[in-house]
Amino acid sequence: MNTLMNWLSQIGSIVKFGLLSIPQRRGAVAATVIGIAGVVVVLVGVLSIAAGFRRAMTASAAPDSAIVLRSGADTEMVSGFGRDQVRLIADAPGVARGPKGPLSSAELFVIINLPKRSTGTDANVPLRGVEPAATAVRDQLTLVSGRMFEWGRTEVIVGAGAAREFAGLEVGSQIKVGRASWPVVGIFTANGGVAESEVWTDAAVLQGAYNRGQSFQSVYTRLTSAEAFQTFKDALTTNPQLSVKVLRQSDYYAEQSETLTRLITTLGVLIASLMAIGAVFGALNTMYSAVATRTREIATLRALGFGRGAIVIALMVESLVIALLGGALGGALAYAAFNNFQAATMNWQSFSQVTFAFAVTPPLLVQGIVLASLIGLIGGLLPAIRAARQPIASALREL
Amino acid sequence: MSTTNETQPQDSALVRIEGVEKTFRRASEDVHVLARLDLVVPPGEFLALMGPSGSGKSTLLNLIGGLDRPTQGSVTVAGERIDTLSDRRLADWRARHIGFVFQLYNLMPVLTAERNVELPLLLTHLGKAERQKHVATALAMVGLSHRAKHYPRTLSGGEQQRVGIARGIVTDPTLLLCDEPTGDLDRKAGDEILNLLQALNREHGKTIIMVTHDPHASARASRTVYLNKGRLSNEPVS
Ligand SMILES: Nc1ncnc2c1ncn2[C@@H]1O[C@H](COP(=O)(O)OP(=O)(O)O)[C@@H](O)[C@H]1O
Ligand SMILES: [Mg+2]
Repeated sequence: MNTLMNWLSQIGSIVKFGLLSIPQRRGAVAATVIGIAGVVVVLVGVLSIAAGFRRAMTASAAPDSAIVLRSGADTEMVSGFGRDQVRLIADAPGVARGPKGPLSSAELFVIINLPKRSTGTDANVPLRGVEPAATAVRDQLTLVSGRMFEWGRTEVIVGAGAAREFAGLEVGSQIKVGRASWPVVGIFTANGGVAESEVWTDAAVLQGAYNRGQSFQSVYTRLTSAEAFQTFKDALTTNPQLSVKVLRQSDYYAEQSETLTRLITTLGVLIASLMAIGAVFGALNTMYSAVATRTREIATLRALGFGRGAIVIALMVESLVIALLGGALGGALAYAAFNNFQAATMNWQSFSQVTFAFAVTPPLLVQGIVLASLIGLIGGLLPAIRAARQPIASALREL
Repeated sequence: MSTTNETQPQDSALVRIEGVEKTFRRASEDVHVLARLDLVVPPGEFLALMGPSGSGKSTLLNLIGGLDRPTQGSVTVAGERIDTLSDRRLADWRARHIGFVFQLYNLMPVLTAERNVELPLLLTHLGKAERQKHVATALAMVGLSHRAKHYPRTLSGGEQQRVGIARGIVTDPTLLLCDEPTGDLDRKAGDEILNLLQALNREHGKTIIMVTHDPHASARASRTVYLNKGRLSNEPVS
């Protein structure tokens, strides 16, 4: 026991020499810390885009909610139902019921063009027609200003993200729908979810304006429980009158966000890896100079009988500590700079803009710290080995 | 402190060097530093090793202390052949048997005097309280108890060397090896160090080998040998 404790205190005291000698080489150490922080900022920053996008896409999709599309359709864009099918879906087992009937909203959407605030250029915004249960089948839908549109009238409410991103979406302004102008009467939030990027109106009104007759594209439902999903799905897929695809809302949106998040993640990891290689050289340099300035100290310790292993581990720990400083700094900077940073991007599955906030999540910070540690360990290894291999007698001759 | 050791030497020599050669390979040429050298140091001796600069005094001391290995020949300390030990065993052996005192003290600047003295004890099985007791004893022996919490840079050269000696004796090693311990000190501070070494030898029976090129220092030793052109003799060569 004492032997192990003493071995640890051997390592501890060498680490202490190293850390206490940092002020003497603060320039090189600071450069390394900043270099590693930069890598972590880039990694965490870029990945926070992906995390934020994924979060936005799935934020208001509760586990007990489902979406029904036509069989074979991957997105609402290419899906379609008639009135009869919609009724069969709403009456299926597993659908929760409210005071006014089943919590099921048959919906359709069209793309309208609105000018972006940032550039003034037009971009695609989804104009969604919904039924009264629309607010109940999604999580945390809240009107934050104005009022709800009136059913049967050409009025719209606008998601907070869309209102922020596009010009002319304030309460009281009018948007162009075809040749007509529809007033904006309210702004809503949806827990940062994808609905916030949309403009909503009455489904029947939208069907009329776009000559869609009685057709819908999707049905959103609230289920009695998350477990009821299988019952609901089985009932619909075995019904010979229907040919549909049933998904949990969370799965549907996660899948929609996958292409983009994977692209961003790959890009982020690639850039961060290249930078990390640079940072490893920085760490190497710092530790080589740390070892060089302490040649005689290390040789003295070895003369006293300290083992090579203790010296290697201690120098690695020192390098790790420096790297962790960089990692912590980088994580903090990334959090300050990117968390909740508002942005909008194209959702290629719906050909429309999605607004979202970058999300610096705890797992991302952990990834950043892990990367920093790797840089520190790799950068510390060779110098530590060199220090431990130096012949004692000749190292002691150095001044 | 006394020199009680579990390994009792078979013969009367504490250090026995036989036929030692040491050659350094520098660039392309070989530098022959020690040539077929023999030396016997009995326990309890205070041996001074003199010779001109570059004659190989430090090299010989390093061989005895297990910091380097001879090119030829054998080095036996306290009955054990050390030139054939593996690096790891040699490190353990140094920790148990050798106390080093360096010309430039080689203290860790970021540690206080007492933490410096404690260093070799970290290689033993002693617990914290016991270590503290040994440190206090060693610092008392060199007369620096009142400087225990001081950092090396706040101590004079003589005081730093006394910390170095305390570190060298704190584990009660078989052998104390000093490489020009007064080489960087003025006469007065040097004399104090020599008094201390002499007391360690006479009162505590420490076996000491001291490299020096100062006749004033070697005069304190019980015997002096001279190294010149790779060979030892009992007389200075002029
Ligand atoms: N590690 C080494 N590599 C190459 N040459 C060395 C090494 N150590 C010592 N020497 C050479 O060996 C000779 C003796 O050195 P040293 O033992 O330090 O002499 P002294 O201590 O008597 O001044 C010198 O010529 C020195 O340059
Ligand atoms: Mg020398």
